Amino acid sequence: MSGILRRNASIAVGAAVLGLAAVGAAAPEARAQTLTMAVGAPVTSLDPHYHQLSPNNAVADMIFDRLINTDNLSRMVPGLAVEWRPVGPTVWEFRLRPGVRFHNGNPFTAEDVAFTIQRVPNVPNSPSSFAAYVRPIQGVEIVDPLTIRLRTASPAPLLPQDLTNVRILDRETHENAATEDFNAGRAAIGTGPWRVVQHRSGDRIEFERNDGYWGDRPAFQRVNYRMITNDAARTAALLAGDVEFIDQVPTSDLARLRGDQRVTLSEITGLRLIFLGLDHLRAPNEDSPFVTGNDGRPLGRNPLRDVRVRRALSIAIDRQAIVERVMEGAATPAGQFLPPGVFSHVPELGPPRYDPQEARRLLAEAGYPDGFRLTLHSPNDRYINDSRIAQAIGQMWTRIGVRTAVEAQTWTTFIGRAGRQEFSAHLIGWGSNPEGSHPLRNIIHTANRERGFGASNRGRYSNPEVDALIEQALVELDDEKRERLLQEAKRKAFEDVAIIPLHIQTNIWAMRRNLAHTPRNDELTRAQDVRPASVPAAR
Amino acid sequence: MSVYMLRRLLQAVAVVFAMSLIVFVGVYAIGDPVEILISPDADQIERERAIAALGLDLPLWEQYFVFLSKALQGDLGRSFVFNEPALRLILQRMPATLELAFGATIMALVIGLPLGLYAGLRPDSPVSRTIMAGSILGFSLPTFWVGLMLIMVFAVQLGWLPSTGRGPTREFLGMQWSFLTWDGLRHLLLPAINLSLFKISLVIRLTRAGVRETILMDFVKFARAKGLSPNRVIFVHVFKNILIPVVTVVGLELGSTIAFSVVTESVFAWPGMGKLIIDSINVLDRPVIVAYLMIIVMMFIIINLVVDLTYSVLDPRVRLEAKGT
Amino acid sequence: MSDLALDRAAAVPSVAQERVETPFRRFVAEFAESKLALLGLGVFVVIALTAIFAPWLAPQNPYDLGQLDIMDGRMEPGTVGGAGFTFWLGTDDQGRDMLSGIMYGLRISLSVGAGSALIACFIGASLGLLAAYAGGRTDSLIMRLVDLQLSFPAILAALMILAFLGKGILNVVIALVLVEWAYYARTVRGTALVERRREYIEAAHCLALPTRRILFRHLLPNCMPPLIVVATMQVARAIALEATLSFLGLGVPITEPSLGLLIANGYEYMLSGKYWISFYPGIALLITIVSINLVGDQLRDVLNPRLRK
Repeated sequence: MSGILRRNASIAVGAAVLGLAAVGAAAPEARAQTLTMAVGAPVTSLDPHYHQLSPNNAVADMIFDRLINTDNLSRMVPGLAVEWRPVGPTVWEFRLRPGVRFHNGNPFTAEDVAFTIQRVPNVPNSPSSFAAYVRPIQGVEIVDPLTIRLRTASPAPLLPQDLTNVRILDRETHENAATEDFNAGRAAIGTGPWRVVQHRSGDRIEFERNDGYWGDRPAFQRVNYRMITNDAARTAALLAGDVEFIDQVPTSDLARLRGDQRVTLSEITGLRLIFLGLDHLRAPNEDSPFVTGNDGRPLGRNPLRDVRVRRALSIAIDRQAIVERVMEGAATPAGQFLPPGVFSHVPELGPPRYDPQEARRLLAEAGYPDGFRLTLHSPNDRYINDSRIAQAIGQMWTRIGVRTAVEAQTWTTFIGRAGRQEFSAHLIGWGSNPEGSHPLRNIIHTANRERGFGASNRGRYSNPEVDALIEQALVELDDEKRERLLQEAKRKAFEDVAIIPLHIQTNIWAMRRNLAHTPRNDELTRAQDVRPASVPAAR
Repeated sequence: MSVYMLRRLLQAVAVVFAMSLIVFVGVYAIGDPVEILISPDADQIERERAIAALGLDLPLWEQYFVFLSKALQGDLGRSFVFNEPALRLILQRMPATLELAFGATIMALVIGLPLGLYAGLRPDSPVSRTIMAGSILGFSLPTFWVGLMLIMVFAVQLGWLPSTGRGPTREFLGMQWSFLTWDGLRHLLLPAINLSLFKISLVIRLTRAGVRETILMDFVKFARAKGLSPNRVIFVHVFKNILIPVVTVVGLELGSTIAFSVVTESVFAWPGMGKLIIDSINVLDRPVIVAYLMIIVMMFIIINLVVDLTYSVLDPRVRLEAKGT
Repeated sequence: MSDLALDRAAAVPSVAQERVETPFRRFVAEFAESKLALLGLGVFVVIALTAIFAPWLAPQNPYDLGQLDIMDGRMEPGTVGGAGFTFWLGTDDQGRDMLSGIMYGLRISLSVGAGSALIACFIGASLGLLAAYAGGRTDSLIMRLVDLQLSFPAILAALMILAFLGKGILNVVIALVLVEWAYYARTVRGTALVERRREYIEAAHCLALPTRRILFRHLLPNCMPPLIVVATMQVARAIALEATLSFLGLGVPITEPSLGLLIANGYEYMLSGKYWISFYPGIALLITIVSINLVGDQLRDVLNPRLRK
């Protein structure tokens, strides 16, 4: 190091920049062997089928593979399957990758896929299982060791997408493995780029490179994957040099990190929309629980059932101001669930234009010239700056005459109450998969237990026209037709202000300058996406 | 004596059960663990399956009954989140918290006693006033804020100590301890200081108050009059007298340090029980919360017993037998 | 050792007699002996008045969302905001004037801190005295309750209370009282247990004085010194604990921040150099607590019968 620095000193000023780049490139070679990274959310289990939870999925991606992997924009790419196609209206065929071995040397075959599909719904005590992703599968047929056919009851265009959530296990190793065996590291054996060396629950996981990996060879020999849940402490650990890479960078630290020469950021527009849910459950002539007249007395009607009121509330929000002032630029104002460039994005559905005059006019037209009182509920520990956003909206609504109180509470109490429709207006988020039907069937479709629709429709919006479009799309195998149906459903729902979209979060990671990272829009933090800055990205 | 011990133990069992009942009902009131744990896109069928899998479909009293009957066989249930026995999870994390709490307590005594003694003996000197003013800082600044400042100064600016986490561990008595390695001690220092700040102030103030009171007493005057050296008077006669309140409070504080290390552990990413409990509360992992609190109650009761026993050693006027009457 | 106890006991009753004769004036005179304590009292009175009259003194009502504008957010001290007045201490992320925020925040922190400490002190000290005096079953019952309470993490207690009662300042006070009373009970009982066996109490018994009189006129005054030490510290601790609860999202409502919540809010901005958001409320908190403690220290010395020369 010092030799290189001295040489730099003798180079002319103009070349010094190049010289510094050389230092940056030379340093990692010396210490590229171990990567220390810190994540903000604790990993709770190494069993890939136990708990459907992002931090667990990220680590599962390091140890295991899926039949169909996803790239950093969540597009499907070949994983353990090299090819997949429907061979009939209700049959999908997967051709498997030859020559793949598990960490313990066992070969990967169609048997393992069949075993995995059988295990997924049968993991004991799972608080959130992956069963729904394999539920459409009625029969499994092993054609030969490297070909497998999956039979479904009805046409299932989304089966490949569903299977991007299922990590493949080894029949021989995992036949009798319990979740505890995975957590202890004994059974954490997959085909992925890293093998587990040690797991100290809630503290760190140590990995070692799998040199026999079928895909791109990771850039580091070892990885120390630490969990630092406190935001400020995580940033401080990066600045102190104790860790080289962190995720979930708090927006309040962005200014400092952008100005720090030792640190660089990697960002990408994510798939998580922050939005407001409104009370559609109470009839127009009923009281909504947290809406009153200006005198504090019940109104005798639910103004939120009037589309003019909903539109007024939406255009009263200055989304650009929230993004700039509250999110410090780490978000994009949104008018729908998914950002441009993603399947079923509706081009003409931009973020609603900020117009407080028009909002006041709409309120007056709906019969509320002096507005009313409303309480906006929000979690305070779930989404980036959630309670701050809620307060900013409170300011903006108060200015058009809807006097707003903001009540922020922990997610533990918030989510139960939201699920019981106790709120009139609530702030919440939705992390989508890139297939546009996902938020529609969960948030917009009328809640229906038997058919599994609207499970997260906490405002109880209901529109038969939109429902019909969604249901049609879900069985449409032709991608183009399906996209049109979904776009039509979205257009109708957002015209009706079913929910008030706010912004889509930007996912941000920070690292020491000698590292580079390929950011993922699904928020997963995986060691294989990090490399020394001198090594070009594998593409 | 043994009757007394037996009685205390029986009371302990009653307290533990009361605690488990309160927590059971309390957690139930806070929210629904399934709502928190389940993936947002899970449909209603999947939600119901999860509720049944976690045993939450039974009426509350039945859930409690199942828990009780298992607890009597030594099984405190499995964590919803980790799918491992709650007791094992807690015992795994216990050494980290214990070494943090003991580190903080030792630091409080080593720093607090001499400073308090000085301030008590020379109450009007500027140094004493500085000590007393400084001690106010110790309990008026919120722990989380001081923790971040310590990290900023000693790890980020000066680079002397590691910012967060626990150092390498070594096995001792079947558990993993980090204070046995040099790097482990370096990791321990900042969080232990952070946790001990309140206690240092407390010890300083108690010691000072005790000293000021004791040196005016007749027995000290007699001791002086008898011509004993000032050092002997202070370190034998005065010290012995002020140790009672200090021992009480420090003993108590050890328990509450363990119970309240939550904030320090989360700021310093210290993988102890405090961090486990706050994570568990955040996802309403009821088996872990209940088991944790039952263990903490046990620990408190044992500590209180030890404190009471120490009383009788330090001050014969407090007779244990007397309490039974 | 027994002669030692005699010495003490001999010293105490004479002081106790003196106490009965002591008028209020003497207490005031003794208190005023320390200039520092007077200064502390003066500062505290100013702080209390600021808190009480905050709505008339503050340039902005920081609790009215309509008066805030995020466009004024995170302004440096001395900046002139959109509403036309100067933010002498800067603004927080919502565009809340820190000076106004501190004035209003003082109200909440003081009432939460002092309120919870006083209520907890009353409940705790009474139960502690009772336990020490009655002994036997009563003692066991109270002390096991104390064990239960002390081992219960404040955070979980607060979560449960908030789940049952909802969010609000009064509920935070209840949560703090629930967390703190046991502390006083334990301290008072510890001291009272020693005092109870002293000769002056036995003497009082011999005189057949009523129990209540023995408890409150004889036992309690002698338990006061440690109680005041604990109480003045607990006011501070209650304020800091409230800050910690706010830090964890369980404290007072976010739109009506206390000093603690202001500090917790600003905490996240410390790394990026926006120090004023948590620094000034921190200073205000510190001055408040120091003044309370100066008063408390002097009170303790004046009230302590054994420190009388």
